[in-house]
Amino acid sequence: MDSVGSIILFVIVALSIVVFSILAVTTRKILRAATYLLFTLFATAVVYFMLDYQFLGAVQIAVYAGGIVVLFVFAILLTSHPGHNSEKLASKRRVLGLIASLAMLFIAGGSLLARCGALSVTKPDVATPDMNQIGTAMMGVGEGQYLLPFEAISVLLLACIIGGIVVARKR
Amino acid sequence: MEITALYYLVPSLIMFCCGLYGFLTRRNMIAMLISLELMLNGVDLNFVIFNRFLFPGQMEGMIFTLFGIALAAAETALAIAIIINIFRWVNNIDIRELNQMKF
Amino acid sequence: MSPVIPVIILALPLFMFIFLGLCGSKMKHPVAGFLGTLGLGVVMVLSYYTAFTYFFSGAPEFISAAGERLQCVMFDQTWLQFTDTLYISLGFFLDPISAMMLVVITTVSFMVHLYSLGYMRDHHGVYEIGFQRFYAFLSLFTFSMLGLVVATNIFQMYIFWELVGVSSYLLIGFYYRKPSAVSASKKAFIVTRFADLGFLIGILILSFYTGTFDFTLLTSAPVEGMSGVYHVDINTAEGILSTFTSHPAPVFMGASVLTWALVLIFMGGMGKSAMMPLHIWLPDAMEGPTPVSALIHAATMVVAGVYLVARLFPLFLMEESALVIVTVVGALTAFYAAVVACTQIDIKRVLAFSTISQIAFMMVALGVARPEHHESLGYMASMFHLFTHAMFKALLFLGAGALIHAIGSNDYTAMHGLRKHMPITHWTFLIGCLAIAGIIPFSGFFSKDEILSACGSYSTLVYIWMSLVAGLTAFYMFRLYYLIFWWKEHEIPAGHHAPHDQPWTMSLPLIILAAISCVAGFIPFGKLVSWNGEPYDFMAHFDWGVASVSLAVAVAAIALATVMYRKENALPAKFKNALPNLWKWAHLRFYWDELYMFITHKIIFNGVCRALAWFDRHIIDGTMDAFAAITHKASDVIKPMQSGQVQMYTWLYVIGALLLGGITILCLM
Repeated sequence: MDSVGSIILFVIVALSIVVFSILAVTTRKILRAATYLLFTLFATAVVYFMLDYQFLGAVQIAVYAGGIVVLFVFAILLTSHPGHNSEKLASKRRVLGLIASLAMLFIAGGSLLARCGALSVTKPDVATPDMNQIGTAMMGVGEGQYLLPFEAISVLLLACIIGGIVVARKR
Repeated sequence: MEITALYYLVPSLIMFCCGLYGFLTRRNMIAMLISLELMLNGVDLNFVIFNRFLFPGQMEGMIFTLFGIALAAAETALAIAIIINIFRWVNNIDIRELNQMKF
Repeated sequence: MSPVIPVIILALPLFMFIFLGLCGSKMKHPVAGFLGTLGLGVVMVLSYYTAFTYFFSGAPEFISAAGERLQCVMFDQTWLQFTDTLYISLGFFLDPISAMMLVVITTVSFMVHLYSLGYMRDHHGVYEIGFQRFYAFLSLFTFSMLGLVVATNIFQMYIFWELVGVSSYLLIGFYYRKPSAVSASKKAFIVTRFADLGFLIGILILSFYTGTFDFTLLTSAPVEGMSGVYHVDINTAEGILSTFTSHPAPVFMGASVLTWALVLIFMGGMGKSAMMPLHIWLPDAMEGPTPVSALIHAATMVVAGVYLVARLFPLFLMEESALVIVTVVGALTAFYAAVVACTQIDIKRVLAFSTISQIAFMMVALGVARPEHHESLGYMASMFHLFTHAMFKALLFLGAGALIHAIGSNDYTAMHGLRKHMPITHWTFLIGCLAIAGIIPFSGFFSKDEILSACGSYSTLVYIWMSLVAGLTAFYMFRLYYLIFWWKEHEIPAGHHAPHDQPWTMSLPLIILAAISCVAGFIPFGKLVSWNGEPYDFMAHFDWGVASVSLAVAVAAIALATVMYRKENALPAKFKNALPNLWKWAHLRFYWDELYMFITHKIIFNGVCRALAWFDRHIIDGTMDAFAAITHKASDVIKPMQSGQVQMYTWLYVIGALLLGGITILCLM
């Protein structure tokens, strides 16, 4: 039995995720879309906190909200004029997109409901991994430890830096 | 009232479907990229939720999400570099104009 | 004797080939040439040591207590084992003829290596393009030829047989920018390959019926006098060859299977040794550099056919008809080539036909060799002639090379009267001519005399025939000699300096080979090489009648040549006009090449190849074209789907994903 406070919090968070997601893809001002995305990401971070993944929530805020959205804002400012609205979508295109995403919603939602019993579990009262465990898991080479993917990601990031420089530099 | 896994999954699904809608309909490349981030975020959320509710005490889902965030950062940086470069060349980032890469 | 030296003998030239082939172009020209020569020099010393040990050490593995020379397998590495006796191996086989061949090959090869240092550069000291490649190929050839003569089994011989063919091809086509050289190399390759097909079939027939490739087993034929020489249980040997000795022996199309096998193997030898009718490649092979002609197309590779017959001689002895075929082919070729050589203008062509004729001499000698006639004198004579011929023919070719190098032309019409300008070449060339003509005491006299003795004890007809050819030999060689060095004085065009003798790298091989040609006849060859290993003292059976007749014939022929060609006169033209058709036919080599052209171009190309070409163009190509057209059309139709619109692709992907998801849901319900 969850406390009323947590239920209220959940409702707020869920609603903000839904609303800001929809706004992010429907608004015609691109800078606003980025802002709505930021709110969605914050709401997601709150969900992580609610699920007791503090580290993940922190990463979400730091990388996504702090890093990526800033990148977006810069890119938008570089490539468009503020206050400029993108042209209105043709209704046929909008309807088709709506149909596709609703179909996706129904198919995925249907499969969720079909597994309703298995998913109707409350949050188990088990401690989530603390920082110490996460660090060990990232840096270990044993079973259930992830040094190799970690290194792969670091190489990928390096490649990405180089790629970004090469692609974006002025010739 | 209990907040079960299902409740958590619904917003993430809606987020994903919004991303899909945006990716299919928006014409600004940055807007498409924003939609892509929404989809990715929905998926990340799913991993965490399943990890927390169905496999408590393990951390596979969480680690996967961590790596997913790192990948998303890398991907966004590169995509934005490409977009800016395209903008520099054709002064436009409308996806419909960029149809040179075909047969 | 340890097997290390044989391994080095084979491995060093191979190493030099790989080394020079890979690194040669990075080196300076003289360094590459010097390294190649040095490597070959080492191989030569080791081969001399091996041969010397084999012949003179008296070690029990080489010579039996009774004084018979034994066959010895220095090492044998099995490569493919099919049954106990049927296996392919790589080894080093030492017996009198392979030891002799080691000496011949390395000597001539070393001389050629040395000579080429001077030959392969022009008068200003600029090296030919591909000088390093030339030395790499020479090393490859030496390796292949050594592997061929020391083969322990017929399959190893076949492998190296093909390898010498390849190196010959590469060296004939050395000047690959010259179309005539390219077509000559192709011709040599195709003709010998055609002959090698027969060789291969012969090998397969032989091994099918005997169940072995091994020379030791194959040649230990149950002929009297052989059993002691070969370390083989006579019962095993009889078991292996029992198919042929049983009654009735297997027969195919009227001839025994052994005859077929031997004749087919001999066909390979005919191709390599340029016997009629497969001789057409050898004159054209003179397109290669002259040292190559000396090494490959005079001294070593072309005698591989003779060597092959000698190697399988005990088997040939079992089947008399095969030996008769060898004799007939040899006798016809010898005469034909001698006649053609009398009318050629290109000095290298003369020497080429002379080579064909002399190899045919060796073939005839093998063909008439019988144990009942002077203990197979012919076998020994053939090997002796092989040895002496290698020396004096290499000498003649290198001398011709020196002339060509000095004059810049292959025709004697551009030479005439060179004796004062090039004394070293003149004297060495004269020694070569005297040797090949068979004048005592030069080496050719002894070997040729033995061949004629062998012919005489076999059949009077063959004896007279071969004496005639010997006379022709003396005639055409001295015709060549006089036309090059006498006839009329050399006119030096204004602005040119007189032709002169060559640098020491070219003269030294000439002098050494001339010295060998002078004294080689006195080698007691019969004591070293004989068909069954027992020493044979030729001088004890020396037939002064045969010797004086052959000497008289040679002197008469030389005298005739002297009369006709010493000074410029009208006699040759008179002869030519008296028999215009004969001269023309001989000059055009009796139209053999035209006959081949007719058969291949007119009959085979028109009759067979046209139909095949039509089938290929219309049926096979048509099918493929149809596939291509269908693919092309289909791609045209589906091309617009790739529109370049990213969102279009996303749409397609999403629709597919939704369909799959929907199907999954339906199935799960």
